[in-house]
Order: sequence, then structure tokens, then C-alpha cells
Amino acid sequence: MIAQETLTPEEMAEIDHEIALVPMRRAAAIEALKIVQHHRGWISDDSLQAIAGYLEISPEELDSVATFYNLVFRRPVGRNVILLCDSISCYVMGYEKIYGQIRDRLGISFGQTTSDGRFTLLPNACLGTCDHAPALMINNELFRDLTEENLDEILDRYH
Amino acid sequence: METPLTQHISFDRPCYNLRDYEKNGGYQAFRKALSLSPESITNTVQASDLKGRGGAGFNTGMKWSFVPMNGHYPVKYLIANADEMEPGTFKDRMLMEGNPHQLIEGMIISAFAIQANISYIFLRWAYKKAGRLLTHAIGEAYAAGYLGKNILGTGYNLEMYLHTGVGRYICGEETALLNALEGKRATPRAKPPFPQVSGLFGKPTIVNNVETLCNIPHIINNGPDWFKSLGKGNDAGTKIYGVSGRVKRPGLWELPMGVSMRELIEDCAGGMANGYRFRGALPGGASTDFLVEEHLDINLDYKSVAAAGSRLGTGTMIILDDHTCPVGFVHNLEHFFAQESCGWCTPCREGLPWTEKILLSIERGEGRPEDLQLLETHTRLLGPGNTFCALAPGAMEPLQSALKYFREDFEKHIDQKKCPWR
Amino acid sequence: MVRIYIDQKPYDVKPGKNLLETCLTLGLDLPYFCWHPAMGSVGACRQCAVKLFKDENDKTGRLVMACMEGVRDNMYLSVNDTVAHDFRSQNIEWLMSNHPHDCAVCDEGGSCHLQDMTVMTGHAYRRFRFPKRTYQNQYLGPFLHHEMNRCIQCYRCVRFYKDYAGGKDLDVFAAHNHVYFGREKDGVLENEFSGNLAEVCPTGVFTDKTLREHYTRKWDMTMAPSVCQHCSLGCNIIAGERYGALRQITNRFNGAVNGYFICDRGRYGYEFVNDPGRVRQPVIRSEKEGRNLFENLSGILTEGKLIGIGSPRASLEANFALRRLVGEAHFYQGIPENEALLLRKILAIQHSGHMYTPSLKETEYADVTLVLGEDPTNSAPRLALALRQAVRIKPLEKIAGANIPLWNDAAVREMIQDEKGELFIAYPVNTKLDEVASGTLHAAPEDIARLGFAIAHYIDDSAPEPQGMDARALESARRMADLLKRAERPLIVSGTSLFNEDIIQAAYQIGQALEKGEKKAAMCFVMPECNSAGLAMMQAPSLAMAMKAAETGNFATAVILENDLYRRAERSEIDRFLNAFKNTIVLDHQENDTARMATVLIPTATFAEGEGTLVNNEERAQRFFQVFMPKNEHIRESWRWLDEFRQFRDGTKPDELRELDNLLEELVRAMPQFKGAEMAAPLSDFRINGQRIPREPHRFSGRTAMLANVAVSEPKPPEDTDSPLSFTMEGYRGMPPAPLTPFYWSPGWNSGQSVHKYQSEAGGPLRGGDPGVRLLGGGIHFSNGFQSAIPSAFERQENEMALVPLAHIFGSDELSVLSPAVEGRAPRPYLALNSLDAERLHTAEGAVLRMRIGDQVFDLPVILKNELPEGLAGLPYNLTSLLGITWPAKGILTNTTS
Repeated sequence: MIAQETLTPEEMAEIDHEIALVPMRRAAAIEALKIVQHHRGWISDDSLQAIAGYLEISPEELDSVATFYNLVFRRPVGRNVILLCDSISCYVMGYEKIYGQIRDRLGISFGQTTSDGRFTLLPNACLGTCDHAPALMINNELFRDLTEENLDEILDRYH
Repeated sequence: METPLTQHISFDRPCYNLRDYEKNGGYQAFRKALSLSPESITNTVQASDLKGRGGAGFNTGMKWSFVPMNGHYPVKYLIANADEMEPGTFKDRMLMEGNPHQLIEGMIISAFAIQANISYIFLRWAYKKAGRLLTHAIGEAYAAGYLGKNILGTGYNLEMYLHTGVGRYICGEETALLNALEGKRATPRAKPPFPQVSGLFGKPTIVNNVETLCNIPHIINNGPDWFKSLGKGNDAGTKIYGVSGRVKRPGLWELPMGVSMRELIEDCAGGMANGYRFRGALPGGASTDFLVEEHLDINLDYKSVAAAGSRLGTGTMIILDDHTCPVGFVHNLEHFFAQESCGWCTPCREGLPWTEKILLSIERGEGRPEDLQLLETHTRLLGPGNTFCALAPGAMEPLQSALKYFREDFEKHIDQKKCPWR
Repeated sequence: MVRIYIDQKPYDVKPGKNLLETCLTLGLDLPYFCWHPAMGSVGACRQCAVKLFKDENDKTGRLVMACMEGVRDNMYLSVNDTVAHDFRSQNIEWLMSNHPHDCAVCDEGGSCHLQDMTVMTGHAYRRFRFPKRTYQNQYLGPFLHHEMNRCIQCYRCVRFYKDYAGGKDLDVFAAHNHVYFGREKDGVLENEFSGNLAEVCPTGVFTDKTLREHYTRKWDMTMAPSVCQHCSLGCNIIAGERYGALRQITNRFNGAVNGYFICDRGRYGYEFVNDPGRVRQPVIRSEKEGRNLFENLSGILTEGKLIGIGSPRASLEANFALRRLVGEAHFYQGIPENEALLLRKILAIQHSGHMYTPSLKETEYADVTLVLGEDPTNSAPRLALALRQAVRIKPLEKIAGANIPLWNDAAVREMIQDEKGELFIAYPVNTKLDEVASGTLHAAPEDIARLGFAIAHYIDDSAPEPQGMDARALESARRMADLLKRAERPLIVSGTSLFNEDIIQAAYQIGQALEKGEKKAAMCFVMPECNSAGLAMMQAPSLAMAMKAAETGNFATAVILENDLYRRAERSEIDRFLNAFKNTIVLDHQENDTARMATVLIPTATFAEGEGTLVNNEERAQRFFQVFMPKNEHIRESWRWLDEFRQFRDGTKPDELRELDNLLEELVRAMPQFKGAEMAAPLSDFRINGQRIPREPHRFSGRTAMLANVAVSEPKPPEDTDSPLSFTMEGYRGMPPAPLTPFYWSPGWNSGQSVHKYQSEAGGPLRGGDPGVRLLGGGIHFSNGFQSAIPSAFERQENEMALVPLAHIFGSDELSVLSPAVEGRAPRPYLALNSLDAERLHTAEGAVLRMRIGDQVFDLPVILKNELPEGLAGLPYNLTSLLGITWPAKGILTNTTS
């Protein structure tokens, strides 16, 4: 099968580096998904085909791995991805209020993207910062001790 | 009071780089280890009674001793399990962000003890800062000759790679973690064979928790007796304890193994926040049984917590207060576990979503009296051995103890057809 | 043996097995889903929980999964323990929480393992009160229907498809209670063994899509033990009928042959039986058209000399009946000269006593395999599946020290990783098995033979050495020689597919060289058709000889048995041949060009409507039994017609009873090489407690009503004079002998999973031994031509291409391709070329080239296969639109567009 999309030289170089560290090409599957997602924001069907072809495995084998994990995005996401911790310490410390506020403010629930493509909101299991609950991550940044007051200011930083 | 693990950790300054770490005695333990035989290192660790800090509490040295050392296995692996994802657990993040070289040194010594030549840190995706610091520190260790080929001229080779996961609680299970490292779905594997015999890519492998590995340099430096003397009661060493929830000062503290629950909550965490009353706590992460008021004076070591009907687990405690609905609390946990089931075995895949649905329906005031019995059936039948791995049995621990200690609250939901807290 | 105690009762059992297989072997009903006897244990479904006690004093015990627990001496366990029982019942309740309970409209209903296990655990009332999760189904091609909502996530499908059969396009997606089994996108499942999913799946997720077109419950089918007609391996099948239509083919376990699995050609190729265009009535085209068939036949048969043309797709009995009718001297094989020569050579090797002829099952245990000139996936598909298992043998031996029992499938696969044993494949183009091979050579048939000769030489330097081999081939030859010498169980696979005698000679020479080193090589030869071996064993001359005889022999009538001669030689030659006779009597069930030329066309029974014996490639004689009585009295077995012809001609009184038995008896008397064939199954007078074996399950419904639209009184059921089977549900209720087993059923076990009840141990041979009789002992001598010289290397010709026939699982077999589902998977005609040759011809992929073979002209689209050596062109073998090529062939290509 010929993939409609191909990997960029940069992506291939990064994947090659990972392949060099493991005994067989397909063992770099998760790393390759991460690399392409890093560059493209998500893994489209075409990207999946391209990666699978590069790893010399079937798209089924790769998608089996891709769909297992929470943070491989098989659907498009917004420019900024909010991962709101919904686990126990944040539950006790009132993450539901924060969730309500995000819903009101951005008009999106878990799994949705704002119509302007600015934010995607996803629930996330414990972020490991329970002494500063509630917490969320936007892209690669962690925000802790959230309150109704500081949340708006945090969201305003992302466009 | 000695705090070997955190003595060089301060978040008021940047964490130690290699030079600072060395200045403060860093890598001395490794230099010492190189002069010892691998077997004697394993024996020392076994004699220190260091138990796995990831939750299972198995003697670390004994685990190492199952790795074949007869030379028939040219490839062996040592893996640091840094996929900290147990809800309410945040200790490994602190250790890695606070002193990455301590972990690296612990790993090098451990790898040397089992004669592994490749090591991985399996790091949680969300731990961005830890990832940056570890990458830098690994680079420093390579440059200084602590990693790579012919380490410090001894002929010993060790590579170290940082692997970040893509999010699945089950990756914390050591055999599932191995599958994830192989680029596969992270379903656990049947044991036996144990990873010590057939682990990563079918080769002998040791997987240890970050906190466990951080203890290794100190045991090598100071000996097993010193390590044992650090503990207060049944268990050796210090432990990173944590408290989260409605307390005055949530946080982490390195304390002697066996400190009492009351000391931890009242002295360290400052007691309950104003206006909140203590109702119970999960002593070691989301998959441990509730302890309640009557248990406040037990010592937090493996044996004493087990005697009280729970597990020390990761040692990071989550407090249930009187403003929080216990049914909602447990529903939140079961939602998490049901979502994080890998889908391999029937009881976990089908049983957990069922308990979650029942709890949600009780929480919404749609519960039925027979639901409690059904929940109890699940806590009984999703026990260890009945499921493929420990995820579902762990998930049942908070539920079974909640049904025991907070039964009235469940019944109130069903009787009143609503959540009394909402 | 070790002693274990189950519910306080002592049993002596085989060590090394797991507790589940042990319990099943002991006849205990322990439910399971994910374990499969051919695929081992993975511990996923948790259904086979039992209580295990530390010792005899332990009263508490703990639950363990029987499939994951090895048998040890002095083990105490309980199957009936309440806790274990409750857990198994709860486990079903969990599985049922998302199962749709659509049994009434599910194709699996009535032969559903999930139904059986549910009843077995006692689970009856469901407490789950929430909405069930639902999935979207996928289009998976013409063979399988997909209904994911029924899935109980046992993971058997992916374990079979990926791990066992090497498929790539089926997998498991997502996690937790959302796991999904299917393809990445809708599309045809590519693997040649996909149909087995319908049997591997314990419920109705994957079901037979062709059955769906004419659906009948298992209990409503009339079934018979049968043998696949679509290649030379002779896989055992069960064929089921209702209302005069053949409805379904399923696997019939034979531990020595196909085990649990058959290929998709075998499973889906049955619909020629139901073909509306089939020959169902006699057709008389002679000048005496006014007279009836019998008057006509008596006239023709007594008019002059008869010549008989036999067929490799007709039974032994049919061929013998023809031989008896026309006389030994006038009986011909009905296959091209070259094919007859190759088969003679193979039989000579198999009867030489120097070589070992393995059963299909035994090929799974080869530790070093050399394939010379075959593409097993396409020429003998089930063999390819066996070779996929064989490449695991060597790595399995390596892990023997790790103390992991071989049934612990996931652990074994983890430890083996991608390691493979030695498999070398020499064939002109890529084959699907290349991906598991340790070496391949793409070469012309001559050069494949030369490789073989070189291997023989490097094993035993007294064997002649081919000169001028290229370095790569030499290196391969040295390596293979070395590996074969050191192998414990070397296997050479070769056959007739490339129509090259030297290849077979080379294979033989390797075997001889190994034998000198005191190692008996297993030699597995692939043949063209289901009874090629049986026909060849009759040692009759070829069709070419018949053509010669027709010119001089003064024959009045040719009797052609189930054979479309236009597939065997150029059209003009066959025209000439048929025109040499005053009359041609053609017996066949299919309308084809030969049938259209017949003066008298006689409708014959297919394998589903008659009995007979086939001899497979390892010379195993196997009986297939009539499934149903055709509604039309004219449709009879060829042997019955031919016997009647003889009686018309000779005016003898017809034998009334034991007709097939008598024929077989006479066959063995006339040709002692078939001694044993008569014992392939019990004779027609076999009874158990005076009773026949019923073809219909005892729940067969509608007997009094199914024909009520025709007549209200129930017709008398047909009688079977040729076998111990009855056409009704009456008869012996117990377990029939293995060759007579029409279906698998045992109380509580309605699905095919009940096969373990028929085995001497779970996964082991059938009780009383696996069916079929090997004929290798027969003391006959075939003239052998072992003297052939080493051929010279292939050289590209400037103006002529050497043509190689490329076998296709779907398309190269005459009958299976008549099934619409199979036809849909067959390739369109093509001409395969190396791109350098394409350049020379100024052509490209997709463009049409004109090919001239002798007088025949074909216009074919080009496909590029760059592994194909220059100077060779590949043609799909035996496509209905590409017939009449005499192999090996040469062709002249011209580019008509330029």
C-alpha cells in the first residue's frame, strides 16, 4: 500500500535514531508515533500508514499500539491541549469546579475542541502533583493549585 | 534524623549538577561497588532488607538474586520504573526533579550487580521537568565516564536511555512496562516466567521503582546495618511519605520507615484543614484499603499497615474528609481503574466498568438495595489470582473497605435517592 | 504418568500438560474460551478456574486458571468446588454484560461455544442493568461476516490470525472494555486462512459469509465426513446440506493431516455443487436423438472400441470403473505427458524406500526445510500453514532450558521474539512464506534445479557438481547443505508446480546424499489435484498417448471422465482428438468446453452427492461420503454410471447391494498397489448395535414439514447402499469411528469445540487413530528415471520468453473458482515481467502485450515483478481464461501498441 503522506526527512532521522536503540524496527513503534505527533499534532490515518510503512509493519499492527495509549491522538486536536487531572486528589480538592469553569469559559467538554481550534480539553489521570491539587497541563506546561481566580489568567496565555 | 534520599534536595535552588553531586559524595558508592563482586552487591542489598517502594514491597536484593549470572545470557536489562501514575502518588517526581544523579547512580550500581549492559528509565510522559533534568544528567554521566563503554577503565559497559511513556496506568505493572518498552500494547504478561528470567525482548531483566533505586548508593556507602537502623519498627530505611487532600500542608517528607499515621498527618501535614474533619485515608495510593480514625496510631510499615487491613503501597496518603462524599470518592477511583484496565482479562475488563456504573448510579440517587451485595460480590471475586494482574484486585481495595467503613453513607444514597453531599 | 486428585478422585495423567487439557482429556466438563489446543494458553478469559489445594489437608485452597497451571505429581484440585463454580458462573455474567443475546438471529446459534459454556456454568439470570456498549462492524470481504457487538474479547482471533497464520491485517484496537477486533479500515481480510476465524471465534463475531447466503442451523443440516477436493493435500472436511443445497464446509479434525485448520479455498470453494449452470440432466446430441438415453447408450457402447480418459479430480472408484469398462489397455490418465512423467517420478521416489514421506502434520516438526520450486501458500495452502509452525521448532528447542512449558504461548513467543528456524525457498518470484524464510532464491526452474544439485553435491561430494553457478547461489547451496546435514529432521518440499523434472530429480538427489550420511530426509511433494496420486498410481499412459492411440487405434467412442480436456492441451489438439471419434460420452458435473463437445453428456455427482476415495500427495487413501441424495435420479456417482454402462454393454445383472464395497474389492484385486484403500473407512455393512450412523443431528427439525409444499405425506428417506451412514437422524447416538464422523457433538458441547470428546487426549489423535490409510507399503515398482543430467543454466533468449506458471490459491483450481466468493479473490489474467524485460519491450505496468504460444494468442496486461529473472515471464496458472497451455512453455511477446 502506498501511503499518501510520507515522513519528512527530519521525522525519519529522529525515528532512525530510535530504531538504532532497539533490536527490531517495530520496537520503535511508540517512539515513532510520539515523534510524528510532536511534529504534526496528531496521527492521521495517512500518517499512520506512513509510519507503519517506515517501520515495516502493517497499519493494523501500528494502530493496535496507537489506540491503546491515552496520549496518542488519532483525531485532530486544537493548537493547545488542556489535560485536566480528574483523579482522586484533584477530585477531593474540587477539580469539578475547574472543569465547570472551563466548560463555561470555552464552551467545550471533555473530548471536544473549540470551534476556533484554540483548545482541546481532555481528562487526564493523576498528574503526580497531588500536594498542589487541582492541577492541569496545557501542552508541556504544568499548572498547580488552580483556583477559579487563576484559571482565567492561565487560559489567556494561550492563543 | 537521617534523610539520605532527600538530604541534597532543595527546590529553593537548581538541582545538583554532576559536579555538585560529586562534591557531596556522589558516585563514591559506584566507585566502591566497582571494587566489589556483583554477587556481593546483591547480597548487601538483600541483607539491608530494602523492600520495593513501588507498592509490592518485595525484597530488592532477593529479586536481583533470581537473575541468571552464569554467563549464558549476554544481554540483560535494568529498568527504572518512573511511570508514576498511581493516583495520589507524587514522590518519584520529587526524587527525579530534586536529584537526578542519585537515581542514575543507583541504576548504575544495580545494573552492575546483575551485570546488565543496557538500562532504561521508563518515565511518565507528564513529568516534563524530570525528563529535561534526567536527559541532562545522563549526558553528564556519559561525559564523566560513568556510562558508556569501559566505565572508569573497568571493562564494564552500560548504556542508559530515557523512554517516556504515552499514558497508561498499567505501564506501572512491570511486565506491562516491558511490553510498552518493546513498542507493543502494554498488557501484562503471565508470571512465571518472571522478568528476571525472560523480560525485555525475552532477556533477563530487573525492573525497580525510582525510590528503591535511589536507596542503593546509600546502602553501598553505609552498609546494610546502617540502613536497617534507619527504620523505626518492622522495616528498614527511610520512606518518602506523602499526604494529599484537605490537610493544612499537603506534601512529601522523608521519614523513618514505620512513622505513625498520626505523626504524618498531624505533625507533618499540619492536621486537617480548617472546617474539615478526618474520615479516612488511603495510606499508599488509590489501590489501597481505607484506614479510619481507629487506625491513626498504627505505624506505617508494611506489616503494621497490612495488619490493619490495608497496604503501605507507595506510602503517599490520600485523605477523605467529611465534606467529600465517600461514594463519589470511590466512584472516582473506580472510574479511573475501569478506564485504565488494559482489556486483557474478563473480570477486570467487564467487572470494573460494572462497579463504576453501579457507584455512579448510587451517587446519582438511582441505586438499588441489591447493588451493595453486587458490589461486594465484585470485591470478593476480583481478588488476587482471579484476575490476570493486580490492577483489579487493587481497584477493589478502596471499594471493599469503603463498603465496610462507610456503609451507612451508601445506604443513605439509596434510601434518600440522592447524594447527601450534593 | 503422574498422579493427581480431582475432587478427591485419583487420576494418573500425562505430565507436561496443563490442567485444562488434562481435565478435558479425562472427560470433565471445564469451560474455557481463550485456550485452543493448537495455540496453547494465555490466561486471558479466566473461564477455566478451578480450586487448587496445597496438599490433601488443605481445605481452603485458592483459585487458579487450569490452563495456566502445569500438571505436577500429587496435585489436589477441585472442579466442583463452590467458589470455583461461582467464579466461573460470574465470569460468564461479566462476559454477558455486553453480549447482545441475539442468539435467535445469530449465525452461530446452535453451534456456539459461548452458549455451551454459559449453560455449563449454570449462569442464567443477569443483573447488569446498564446500556451495553456497541460497535460498528466492518466489511471484511466475501468470506467473513463481522458482528463485533457479540465479542467476548477472548483474543483467539488475533492469536490465530497473526501469531499462528502470519496475517497482518487483523488486530486488536483500543483498551479496557472498548477493545475492538478488526482491520484498521474496512477491507478484504488478506490471509489465506481467514475462514478459520469462524471456527476459532467462540461466538458469532466472525461467521461464514457464504453460509449466510443460504443459512441453516447446524442442527438442521445433513452432514457427512468428506475430503477437500481443491488441492493434493486431502484436508478432511465436514460438508453440510439442507434442501438439496450444500450449505457449509467446516474443518474435520485429522491429527495427521489438517489438524484444526483448513484454507479458504477449501472452505469456500464448495459452491460449484450448487451452481445453477451445472449439468443436471443427460444431454444427447447423437443422430439417434429420438431414442431415450438408455437405448442411445447401449447403442453407442456396443458399437465399437472404447477409449477411456480418466481424471485426477475424480475418485479412485470412478477411474477404476472407467478402466474396467474400457479395459486396462485403453485407459489413459487424462493429464499432459509432462505432468504424468513428473508424477511417475515422484511416486518412484516415494516408493523407493530411501526417502521418508511425511504426513502433513509431520512437516510442522521439520527443523530445516528446503522448498524447491513451490509456492506452498498457493499450490498447497495448508502446507504453508504447517511450514509457518515449523520455523518455530528450532527456537523452541533453544528455550527448552528456560523451564517454560510449550503451552504457555505468550511466554514462549516472548522468549523466541523474531527468531526463526531454517527455511529456504527457491521459486521464480516472491512467495508469501519468504517473510519467515531464512533464505530465498528467485530463479528460473533450471537454476532452481541446479541449486538443488549443488546442495546434493555439497552434502555428498560424489554427487555431480553443477558448473558455472553464480556466487550467490553457490553460497546458498553451501549453507543449505551444511544445515541439512546437521538437521535432526530435514524436510525437502518440492512438486509439480513448475512442471520441471530436474527440480524433482534434484530434490531426490539431496535426499539420496543425506541418506548416505545415514539421515532419512522427509520428502514432501506437492501435486496438482486432489487425486493426482491415485490416478498416477494406476500407471496408465497420459493424454498425449491417448491422442496418439486415437489416430491409429480405430476407436469408435471416447468416454471422458470428469475432465475438461481443454485445460490439458492446446484447443486445436483437443478438437482434433475429439473429432477422431464417432461418439464422445462425457461424464461430468460441470458444464465446460469438453462437456459441450459431448455426444452424450452424463450428469454426475459431485463429492457431496457421492462416495469415493482419494489418494493425497503423501499417498493417504481417504474416503469421502455422500452428503445428500440429489433430487434428480440422473445425478449419480461416475463409478455408478460407468458400472451401469458395463452392464448395458455386457448384459450382466446389476449388483444390488454393496456396490462401492465390491468395486473397491475388485480395484484392490486388480491393482495391489491400492491394498489398504478398502480399509480407509468401514465397509457399508458396518453397524454399531445394529444401527447406522446418522448424518443428521438428533435435533434435526422439520422433517415432516420441510417438503409439505410438495406433498403432505412424509417421503420415505433415501437409503444408502454404499456406506454405514443413514440419511436421517435415526441411528447410533454414540461416538462413531473417526472416518465415519459426520459432525462433532457431545452433550453440552454443540459447537465444533466438542472435537476434544472425539480425541484420545485433548488436542491428540482421534480415538481409534486418525483416518486414512497410507499406501506406501504397496509392493509395486515404478520405472524410475534417476539418470537425468544436470541441466544447463537458464539463459535469456532474445526473441522468446520462457514462461513459468504461477499458482494462485484463488484461481488456479478449476472447481473452487466457480464459487462467487472465491472467484472474487482470483487474479485477472496477467503477464509478469522483470522491468528490464519490460523496457526492452517498450512496455510498462498495466499496458497490454500480445503473447503467442504456438498457435495460441493471448493479450495480457503487464505486471512488473522485479525479482523475476530476466528472460522469464510469469503467467497465472490454470485461470479459466488462460487455458490450453502445455507446460513448460515458451512464448513470443510483441508490443501491439507501438
